[in-house]
Amino acid sequence: MKLLLQIWRSSLGKKYVMALTGGALLLFVLGHMAGNLQFFLPPTYINAYGHFLQTTPELLWPSRIGLLAMVGLHISAAISLTVANRAARPTRYAGAISSQGATLAARTMIWSGLVVASFIVYHLLHYTLTLPQVNGYQVFTGQSMDFDGLVEPKTGYHDIFAMIVLGFRIPVVSGFYLLSVGLLSIHLGHGVASMFQSLGLRSHVWWPRIATSARVLSVVIFLGYAAIPVSVLLGRGSDYVNDVRTSGKSVHLSPSSLSPSK
Amino acid sequence: MKVQLKVWRQKNRNSPGKFVTYDSPDLNPNMSFLEMLDVVNESLASKSEDPIAFDHDCREGICGTCSLVIDGKPHGPHKGVATCQTYMRSFKEGDQIVIEPFRARAFPLVKDLVVDRKAFDRIQQKGGFISVRTGSAPDANSIPVPKENADLAMDAAQCIGCGACVAACKNASAMLFVSAKVSHLGLLPQGQPERHRRVKAMVDQMDEEGFGACTVTGSCEAVCPKSISLDFIARMNRDYLVALAKGDPKKPAAGGA
Repeated sequence: MKLLLQIWRSSLGKKYVMALTGGALLLFVLGHMAGNLQFFLPPTYINAYGHFLQTTPELLWPSRIGLLAMVGLHISAAISLTVANRAARPTRYAGAISSQGATLAARTMIWSGLVVASFIVYHLLHYTLTLPQVNGYQVFTGQSMDFDGLVEPKTGYHDIFAMIVLGFRIPVVSGFYLLSVGLLSIHLGHGVASMFQSLGLRSHVWWPRIATSARVLSVVIFLGYAAIPVSVLLGRGSDYVNDVRTSGKSVHLSPSSLSPSK
Repeated sequence: MKVQLKVWRQKNRNSPGKFVTYDSPDLNPNMSFLEMLDVVNESLASKSEDPIAFDHDCREGICGTCSLVIDGKPHGPHKGVATCQTYMRSFKEGDQIVIEPFRARAFPLVKDLVVDRKAFDRIQQKGGFISVRTGSAPDANSIPVPKENADLAMDAAQCIGCGACVAACKNASAMLFVSAKVSHLGLLPQGQPERHRRVKAMVDQMDEEGFGACTVTGSCEAVCPKSISLDFIARMNRDYLVALAKGDPKKPAAGGA
């Protein structure tokens, strides 16, 4: 207990917390991306995957609680470090000060992080709690839409595939998603490399490799996530959701909200 | 050549400061930046004005006393040199040069461009002693040191403690300084007995002084007059982690001997 307190009180200790929780969250980001990319397989795959997660509480809940704890620690350490860092220079430079090679990503970690955090809240309300109020249908089409009512005809599973297509059809929703994933990617481009630095896992041999790999990884993450809303906006799945509508299994799907612009 | 100086003037910590513009007298382009300030001060003194206060000592880049943020960069436009080794030929005729003191909570302003950097001394004092035999000079090579470690230790030991790293860091963090001081003994056999106690004490003092934390922007490395590498910060992070894991040493039982 005393050790944990010591870690939290020290500036280096808080960086360890940032690095370790950031690492755990990175693993989730990669896993979640792999899961999501099943969207490019036939719809039954991602629906079966969603059904598996939803019906395996012994896997789902520990992960959720763990992730929440990681996010909570990451954000509270970040805020407390930022406050201390600002306090370390109460009088700012009066003249222009050059950034001395510090990248934009490195200088804006707290902001990219906070935007991503607000996106996570929205994303959970949108696709996990499936609140009809936040999916944008009421505002942009005048129709209501309840993602909960989407059911895959053959299996009776919750139709995740249709939910993704219908969700990302609203351009503002896709736009916010792309912006957040972009910022996440910028955040990770700096953050993943810094994680190694903060834990002391760096030498002159490894640093160039770590820095390059972090940037490559962040681009891969951006492309992996961005591919989904972009493909929906380009028309992937529009035939499928029309079939869902005609099969009569789903509720609240009004024709005007579904027909893609022709 | 002549230049225009926009200099931060501040009577003391408690009175507000402001930029004041001065036109320099005729300068020799081979004057160092500090010699240029001497010449400007002479002309101010001849007009019975208060000369510009600035820190300087050895003027050959090894004492770490000179400071100044020149046109937004600590120690002026070049890489790997201190203000005293910056020459007026690096500027153009008629340039306006903005000069500000280092700014950080842990470096309180004394006057004009002079700041109090005793926080660094206190951190270094916390490092304490090393256990070596003193007395007559030891035989050469009686303690084997791998060449690469000796070189790295020398790289770290080059730190002159000027505080440019703090001045450049957006968080006013002293990590580069502390990591250099921690590493140069930590890399050598003579520094091993107190290695982890030392890193713990120095880092804790650094936090105490109110420096910020590291966000790995690399600004410190870029402005360091001795080009000390961020690798040393990683080394310090590693040593501190081990020090935390080992815990404080067991207190000796009363009585002793």
